[in-house]
Amino acid sequence: MNDIIQLSPLDLSFAALLILALAGLSFRLKLGLGKRILISAARTVIQLTLIGFVLKALFAHVHILWMSTMALTMLLAAGHEVTSRQKHKLRGAWGFSIGTTSMFVSAFSVTVFALVVIIGPDPWYEPRYAIPLLGMLLGNTMNGISLSANHLTQNMRSHRAVIETRLALGQTKSEAIADIRRESIRTGLIPIVNAMAAAGIVSLPGMMTGQILAGNLPLDAVRYQIMIMFMVSAGTGFGTLAAIWMTSHRLFDDRDRLRLDRLRS
Amino acid sequence: MGRLETGGLRTLCGGPFSFAVEHGECVALSGPSGCGKTLLLRALADLDPSEGTVLLDGESRNEMTASQWRRKVGWLSAESSWWFDGVGAHFSKDWKKSFHCLEKLGFGEDVMGWRIERLSTGEKQRLALFRLLLNEPQVLLLDEPTASLDVSNVWKAEEVIADYRKSTGAAVVWVSHNPEQIARTADRHLCFNNGGLEAAE
Repeated sequence: MNDIIQLSPLDLSFAALLILALAGLSFRLKLGLGKRILISAARTVIQLTLIGFVLKALFAHVHILWMSTMALTMLLAAGHEVTSRQKHKLRGAWGFSIGTTSMFVSAFSVTVFALVVIIGPDPWYEPRYAIPLLGMLLGNTMNGISLSANHLTQNMRSHRAVIETRLALGQTKSEAIADIRRESIRTGLIPIVNAMAAAGIVSLPGMMTGQILAGNLPLDAVRYQIMIMFMVSAGTGFGTLAAIWMTSHRLFDDRDRLRLDRLRS
Repeated sequence: MGRLETGGLRTLCGGPFSFAVEHGECVALSGPSGCGKTLLLRALADLDPSEGTVLLDGESRNEMTASQWRRKVGWLSAESSWWFDGVGAHFSKDWKKSFHCLEKLGFGEDVMGWRIERLSTGEKQRLALFRLLLNEPQVLLLDEPTASLDVSNVWKAEEVIADYRKSTGAAVVWVSHNPEQIARTADRHLCFNNGGLEAAE
């Protein structure tokens, strides 16, 4: 693993030239994106550099307390991200709580499962394995949850009359939104299912690419990637199911009344 | 059977309402638009949060599940809603035993094979009435059930509702803007006034 070619700041500045060119083109074409491209690029540099130092420190001082702090921070950040991507948020702390809880039960438990049962590093929370794994799981679960929750709340709003007619005919809340709920879950899961189907043909997954660049044997990298794909799909699936279940229950009250007033308009 | 009684019922925008609709009785509700007629029906069907008591034959709605209550106290919205592609999918399989009712509303058996998109607003409204009656509710809460029907279909719908009321003893609350219809169908007429209900002249 020591034969990797290191990138110098000068190398990175060549890459940055391309971003500057893209931003310049965006100003020229009045895409209204130039400023955002530059800010986002700057954020990439700053955030990744910071996380580089954090990881360096974590790797140097392997301790479950530091690991837990890091994991918790990542979880809360993902919960915040899920909430802020919703077009119609639940009022109060509900959106954040549901997002965080469902990622906790899915991404967290799947990561622990992968560490303890599958990879088995020593100690099991070894940050070199735990952090990248948790990061990938949280990132993907977060996407699935925010896509599906968005689909759910938007469709419950637009199908209000249908839902209430079904309730009025004596259906329970679960019956009245069964198809909306199903569609929402599908919306959250389809990207990751597609990614599994296209893996290796259309795209080389990022983690595998990284391992190969770092000098690992392709077949070793492939095995890791397969495991990651399965974990990510399972995590996204469980997380999406949990989030949709909780969100849809929150939008009814104890008398099975549709309560869209619990969404911010 | 079917006696609906409310006490101190506060809906989202009015009340308190206290009144009873007797077994087999038809009560018309009228008032300017926006006065809360629809909200009152929705509160009776327990579709909106409301305070106060609502009793069916002396039994409180809180003593049964919301879905049991709504099967007994059936609400027909002013605009009908459909969610499957085909008409038939919206009806329980034993619709045939009430075929006479469907026929009276002007449909043949083949309507169950139609697609929703070919129905007119009026056809949808009549089919929504049939869909509600199949549940055999003990109380009918009708929100302008004939608003988009032409004259001959208005009569058909009125007749079907009257037959249902006679044969089952259901209580009916009927929101209508049409004084002639109220005179034809209702035993009693309540009018919205200053957020409350009073007997009309």
